[in-house]
Amino acid sequence: MSFLADHLIITPILLPLLAGAAMLLVNDRHYRLRAALGLVSTLALLVIAIMLVQLADVPAGDASLGRAYLLGNWPIPVAIVLVVDRLSALMLTLSAVLALCMQIYALARWHRAGLHFHSLVQFLLMGLNGAFLTGDLFNLFVFFEVLLAASYSLVLHGAGQQRVEAGLKYIAINLAASLLFLIGVSMIYGVTGTLNMADLAMRLPDIAAADRPLLEVGAAILAVAFLVKAAIWPLGLWLPNTYGAASAPVAAMFVIMSKVGIYAVLRVWMLVFGPHAGASAYFGGDWLLYAGLATVTVAAIAVLATQDSKQLAGHSLLVSSGTLLAAIGTGQAGVVGAALFYLISSSLGIGAFYLLIELTERNKTAGADILAVTWEAFGEADDVLPGEEEVGVAIPATMALLGISFILCALLIAGLPPVSGFIAKFALLTAAFNPEGLGATGEPISTTGWLLLAALLLSGLTALIALARAGMKIFWMPASTRVPRVRLIEMAPIGTLLILCMVLTVQAGPVLRYTQAAAEELFAPESYVESVFGAPRAGELPQEAEL
Amino acid sequence: MEALVALSIAVLTASGVWLLLRPRTFQVIIGLSLLSYAVNLFIFSMGRLRSNAAPLLEKGVQADPAALADPLPQALVLTAIVISFATTALFLVVLLAARGLSGTDHVDGGEGRQ
Repeated sequence: MSFLADHLIITPILLPLLAGAAMLLVNDRHYRLRAALGLVSTLALLVIAIMLVQLADVPAGDASLGRAYLLGNWPIPVAIVLVVDRLSALMLTLSAVLALCMQIYALARWHRAGLHFHSLVQFLLMGLNGAFLTGDLFNLFVFFEVLLAASYSLVLHGAGQQRVEAGLKYIAINLAASLLFLIGVSMIYGVTGTLNMADLAMRLPDIAAADRPLLEVGAAILAVAFLVKAAIWPLGLWLPNTYGAASAPVAAMFVIMSKVGIYAVLRVWMLVFGPHAGASAYFGGDWLLYAGLATVTVAAIAVLATQDSKQLAGHSLLVSSGTLLAAIGTGQAGVVGAALFYLISSSLGIGAFYLLIELTERNKTAGADILAVTWEAFGEADDVLPGEEEVGVAIPATMALLGISFILCALLIAGLPPVSGFIAKFALLTAAFNPEGLGATGEPISTTGWLLLAALLLSGLTALIALARAGMKIFWMPASTRVPRVRLIEMAPIGTLLILCMVLTVQAGPVLRYTQAAAEELFAPESYVESVFGAPRAGELPQEAEL
Repeated sequence: MEALVALSIAVLTASGVWLLLRPRTFQVIIGLSLLSYAVNLFIFSMGRLRSNAAPLLEKGVQADPAALADPLPQALVLTAIVISFATTALFLVVLLAARGLSGTDHVDGGEGRQ
């Protein structure tokens, strides 16, 4: 037990790596064994992530205890360090939940549409978990590449011309973004001489004024690389097409991929350019705010304009990315705390929506004009899918269940009561209007607050109009009266995600307290720095060589 | 030496960006390769340009850090080379698949479309 406790922080990276590699050794014909391995591994990841949440969720005084892991037992700051704090533990849990749901959904048919589906999911998880845990900038790049390499193959899963073309652009854009990442990282290294984020946070106030512009240019280039992942306008035009072309479970999993960009911005920006950074404090905050607002505006219009449900989901994802970035750009701990709650709620909601769309569109015939393009893609995909007449129980009252799920998804995405999307937006606005805490006002509401209010409400309104229209088309004017054949195993993950959102609604108090604590931790990087520099080295140490 | 290195990075980057924006998939992949060479050189130069300086300490010998090259950017460059090589290879496969499916090497899958 103590061995596991010692190495708990690295298991979210090692476990999917080993599970994914082990699956490659299993013959293709034993796809059930592969699927079982994948499910067990993801389930274990979920358990570990929850354990890490408990590890991270301690009062600030005990923060330095066992929250950092020195790879290879090298001394700080030479060691690449893994750090778990509330934010990274939260992201780990969220990605494990989404992965588990999409894997169960894929069991119905998608996992046999191509080779190595489950291995790729595990490698994607490894990259995601690594990116959330690492405390080193270059290591972050490496884990980004791991998750991107897995995602390139997952986009292409199921083949078909549309996927390959979308994948081509997705890969080209991300390769270019990775190069920007490298330029940014190396410029920061050139100025500060370190890549360890905690060390960077400590050295930043002492950077000479003459070197600051170079550092800030490096940070800005790095931010561009992150914002491409987060799909911020105008860097995010690739997202709706790519996610729309990907198979449903993959698109649902990729919801967390755009959040990796947001996470990286939040982590690096807060740690390096936090309040302690002297002359560079909150460098570029206004840019984040206005880029976020621009994204929300453009995506909200696109949500209205689109006729295709998958595009609708993609643009909703852009709205949520924009909202998150704008909230981060305000530079207020309260707003960021609420934004983290919004992140959970919107990820679960949009993930469920991507899964749901495929089920509702299954009854579309080839003559349905609006979705002719989508159908074309599915027509090709069906060729490679074995067993169109599947065995398995089709659940009764399918349309009713699909309809209820659709309404819940719509409420979540538009942010209407009584679901968690509403609570998230409400918390965001409350925090933006009361920067000093509830009741402590006296000063008028800031322009930022009004802008955020307008963005949130208008994007919610357009989402509601667009989703209502899509719902009418799907359920009231179906192209065929044939009820889609939906299996329990496909409905269960959607139900799970939506029930989790319900739980989030009921338990909003504790969750908001957690996200608030996470945000405050981000705004006071001392505890992060402390847990990195206070990390104990294991075992007997050899005598340090005198240099 | 600085001018020479800066100039080569600039030429590689400019050619890379230009090729990246071309409509043929092969041009795109060559553009990405050139860009990654430029970035690798750039990382290397971020460790300060030194000639005749080894990045390694000799065991047991008291060494002056000022006489040594910074080893970290060299390690970073190695990692970056490996990663960009692998992802370029992956991209090449996708490029070939797109060529096979659409019958053209245009990035939009056809001359007339879009």
